Amino acid sequence: MTNAIEISDLTVAYDRTPVLRGVSGRFPAGVLSAVVGPNGSGKTTLMKAVAGVLRPSAGRVRFTGPGRADFAWLPQRAAFDRNFPISVRDVVAMGLWSRIGAFGRISGEMREEVEAALAKVGLAAFADRRIGALSGGQMQRALFARLIVQNTQAILLDEPFANIDAHTTADLMTLMERWRDEGRIVVAVLHDLDLAHRQFGWTMLLAHQSVACGPTPEVLTSANLAQARDLCHACAADRDFWAAA
Amino acid sequence: MLYDILIGPFADYAFMRRALWACLALALGGGPIGVLLVLRRMSLMGDALAHSVLPGAAIGFVIGGLSLPAMGIGGMVAGLTVALLSGAVSRATGLVEEASLAGFFLIALALGVLVVSLGGSSVDLTNVLFGSVLAVDPLSLLLVAGIAGVTLLVLVPAWRPLVYESFDPDFLHTVGGGGSARWHMLFLILVVLNLVAGFQALGTLMALGLMILPAIAARMWARDVWRMAALASGIAFASGVGGLLVSWHAGVPSGPAIVLVAGAVYAVSLAVGPQGGMLRRRQGNPSRHA
Repeated sequence: MTNAIEISDLTVAYDRTPVLRGVSGRFPAGVLSAVVGPNGSGKTTLMKAVAGVLRPSAGRVRFTGPGRADFAWLPQRAAFDRNFPISVRDVVAMGLWSRIGAFGRISGEMREEVEAALAKVGLAAFADRRIGALSGGQMQRALFARLIVQNTQAILLDEPFANIDAHTTADLMTLMERWRDEGRIVVAVLHDLDLAHRQFGWTMLLAHQSVACGPTPEVLTSANLAQARDLCHACAADRDFWAAA
Repeated sequence: MLYDILIGPFADYAFMRRALWACLALALGGGPIGVLLVLRRMSLMGDALAHSVLPGAAIGFVIGGLSLPAMGIGGMVAGLTVALLSGAVSRATGLVEEASLAGFFLIALALGVLVVSLGGSSVDLTNVLFGSVLAVDPLSLLLVAGIAGVTLLVLVPAWRPLVYESFDPDFLHTVGGGGSARWHMLFLILVVLNLVAGFQALGTLMALGLMILPAIAARMWARDVWRMAALASGIAFASGVGGLLVSWHAGVPSGPAIVLVAGAVYAVSLAVGPQGGMLRRRQGNPSRHA
């Protein structure tokens, strides 16, 4: 039996306005999972609830299977203050937190681990730079290196490829495929239906509710997309999404 | 000659030495706290908190006179009450924390001025509002040093989570580092403690000056947060020494002199600092600052 994230009847509300209503679904290990839906459909909220950042008002998220129930979470790049005085190496070393906590020392072995992660994402030469000196794609590489160091069973990514150049996207996809092959749970919020079709074997279609969840070709059908459109009136403004659909 | 200008005042007068020690203690505690305030985008919230210390300090003053322990305890109680209340109100009403804090600090400030004027003279009011580092007595010095010690002791384990949380607020949640509310509260307590330490020297109106100005100046020079904190403490102490000397030789009040020296360091750093200073920026340095 492989690891999986099981979501049952999850409801999350901000100020009593529910953003997610009774979302259910499953993200198994060993396959790349996508959460797709138009802007405003609750994708980020779902990821935050799964990662434990938000407390749901009803329902629950369970980690099933023999592995450790630990999560790593990649926020949207826009959430970071790019002027923060922190070096690329220090951002990556944040991934050691679960092992060193607030005062543990970083051992020589851990240091090597950080350097190896930097090399894996192609940032070895940038380790001492301040993050403000990085391009958008390089910043995303640094955050992926932090995920490598965190070394968790489940990895949740919020729009990892938004405004990222094609070359970086390809490199980061390779990393995600490696995680998949290592038997991890990999879930990415995507805005790009095309990418979900091409690279992600498993998909949840979200429109405040889970319209469908399963193997991508069975989920991204025109019937399901039409249903998503009916369920989320406010989402109609997201023309790009519907054009691709 | 140089001795008379730089060393003499401290060598010859005990009150100048006490002021010097007070500045050192304030710099050690306030440097890192100021850095965290800046990085957490709370510079102005710190200012509001500083003012909210006033009614407590005023009541302490009316009861115990111009003694830092009496005013300090009162100030601490008032500052923490406002910090906790505004946090609770913003959670209960959905009002932004900054807005509810602004409401409470204005009430507190008015209340404080009222209490001081009822219980003392306008000279006393000036003392509470603007402080006087030259009047620091040994007991007050002990309190200021104690607060610096407690601050540094607490920051040893709290530094890493506080910095991480400022950079990436969701991170600690997802790695089981505890909710951000816990660290935030601990930090607010430290801020209030340091404000109380600062107000004897600089008054409630400028207590934040020796924390924020060195911190934002340091940001223009330092590559990482650790260096930024060390540098902020250094700048704060240097500003203290410089301000005391200016105050001594020019016969001006010490509090504003200290804050203005720190302000001068800030202005120079803004212009020439390598991490986003204006001159470097014109030369095409890619790093930016907030």
